[in-house]
Amino acid sequence: MTRRGVRGLLLHAVLVAAVAISVFPLFWMLVLASNTTSAIYQVPPKLTFGSHLLSNLRRVFDTIDIIGSLVNTVIVAVCTTALVLFLDSLAAFTFAKFEFPGRRLLFGALLGIFMLPVQLSLIPQFVIMVHLGWVGDLRALIVPAAANAFGIFWMRQYISSAVPDELLDAARIDGCGFFRQYRSIALPIIRPGLAFLGIYTFIVAWNDYVWPLIVLVNPDRLTLQVSLAQLNTTHNTDYSLVITGSLIAVAPLLAVFLLFARYFVNDALKGALRG
Amino acid sequence: MIRAAEPTERAAVVTVAPQATRPLPAQARRRSRLRRIAEHWPQYAAISPFFTVFLVFGLAPVIFSLYLAFHEWDGLGSMHYVGLEQFRRLADDPLFWQSLRNTLVIWAMSTVPTLAIALVLASLINSAKRLTSFYRVAVFVPNITSIVAMAILFGALFSTNFGLVNALLHSLGLGRVHWLTSPWGMKVVIASLITWQWTGYNAIIYLAGLQAIPTELYEAAKVDGAGPIRSFFSITVPLLRPVILFTVVVSTVTGMQTFTEPQVLFDAQLPPNMGGSGQGGLTMVLYFYHQTFDNNRYGYGAAIAWSVFLVVIVFVLINWRLLARGERAAGR
Repeated sequence: MTRRGVRGLLLHAVLVAAVAISVFPLFWMLVLASNTTSAIYQVPPKLTFGSHLLSNLRRVFDTIDIIGSLVNTVIVAVCTTALVLFLDSLAAFTFAKFEFPGRRLLFGALLGIFMLPVQLSLIPQFVIMVHLGWVGDLRALIVPAAANAFGIFWMRQYISSAVPDELLDAARIDGCGFFRQYRSIALPIIRPGLAFLGIYTFIVAWNDYVWPLIVLVNPDRLTLQVSLAQLNTTHNTDYSLVITGSLIAVAPLLAVFLLFARYFVNDALKGALRG
Repeated sequence: MIRAAEPTERAAVVTVAPQATRPLPAQARRRSRLRRIAEHWPQYAAISPFFTVFLVFGLAPVIFSLYLAFHEWDGLGSMHYVGLEQFRRLADDPLFWQSLRNTLVIWAMSTVPTLAIALVLASLINSAKRLTSFYRVAVFVPNITSIVAMAILFGALFSTNFGLVNALLHSLGLGRVHWLTSPWGMKVVIASLITWQWTGYNAIIYLAGLQAIPTELYEAAKVDGAGPIRSFFSITVPLLRPVILFTVVVSTVTGMQTFTEPQVLFDAQLPPNMGGSGQGGLTMVLYFYHQTFDNNRYGYGAAIAWSVFLVVIVFVLINWRLLARGERAAGR
């Protein structure tokens, strides 16, 4: 073999090892979720799939209201994503393509929002939710998430380059108002950007833990992450049970991600670099 | 959709009339300013939902939390102004200092390997000719998994009696380590989880930066007799410096706020959750959570939150200065 061939082989060997490390915990998750807890307690530990996935799933269903949590999580993630996509693209379109008094000041304020760490606002947000009567309610998760500064910032960059000014000028001549320009010209063009921001928002909302942990005080109305953490606290040593719960929390999102994967990774890096 | 035709002619028509050059009387100027604002009502309408939500759930809470940090409050009764008392208490609180040390140690133990491996991984993927999309997607997968689920899994992975890590050590003839109950073991578990989740993410960011480096540079280096390792340190690292700075800042901001990993990992140990036995896994934000929501000390919690913010700013500035100085040195 030539020297170049050996080097290429070595390169791919290292990369395959990196991929293996990346996916091994997920593989092991499936191993644990398909075996009984006593089989997991063997020495040496099992590394092969068992046949107890269905019975483990059943045990999770019997122990916690996983369907309810799953439904709540889907509601929160879908509503948050829809709100963010609409509000962020509209605001981003405005900042990217229109000049109006106070624009720079307002956009600067928006950038400042990035700097604020979450935990600064956790206590007051909780107090506000108490006053609104939203403690334990899913609205407490959805409404604050609608103000997504990252989304506007990223979208503005995207719209600036994706939507040609000439097209908007032409529309203006034809008598298109502001909202018509947004709906008929900008929206169709920025669909790929919306897809990226949508998946990103969906993933973040699905995995969110800190705020739901604080504000969802009603045990009948939890999201997946919170009820999973509670399951782990109460059944910590029952590995097959808690890991099967983890699988339920990870698998749907993984499917969504793989469906849009290539495209997500390509756009993620563009946004990350510009941001 | 509307046709785009004769752009030049139309653009000329749309151009906004140039502003009057002669000075207007103050009243007229104010009126024209108001009219300008009124004319842009659709733009203000378009951004107002965001700013409304932000004012109510973003800015107002931050101001209120600053106010809280100077008060004593249990969340129910009345507030008492205590001046700087909360911060004075914090300075004398050994648990807070321990949480600060833990956070910094975990941050260093996770950020250094994460960014180093990510950089190597990115340049390897960049030099591969086939399967690059597959590699990108595969190494990015850990970043989309939920921290709660993976913390549970890593707890099992590092379990003393049944975990894979100890089984591996045992088969190598080494003793078992009490990962989840010893002060260093706990930090290793948290740091390895963070490293696993964030290496691929950072590699993808570096990859974007790498693709902006012209390949001629590498070819020229090769002609000059530089091997791959030499060009990595002489071309890749210096040219990626701005991107590296970005990732260091992001890792600092997120690393100083580590919470979910220890919260999930040690919650099954003796309640309340203060970072497991000996508080070896107590991070600053976990301590904030404990004082605020377990002990109902809202004022003290707010003081901790502001201290975390301060630590974040200080460390971002330090990292910034270090990297900027390196850049100047490299430029010389």
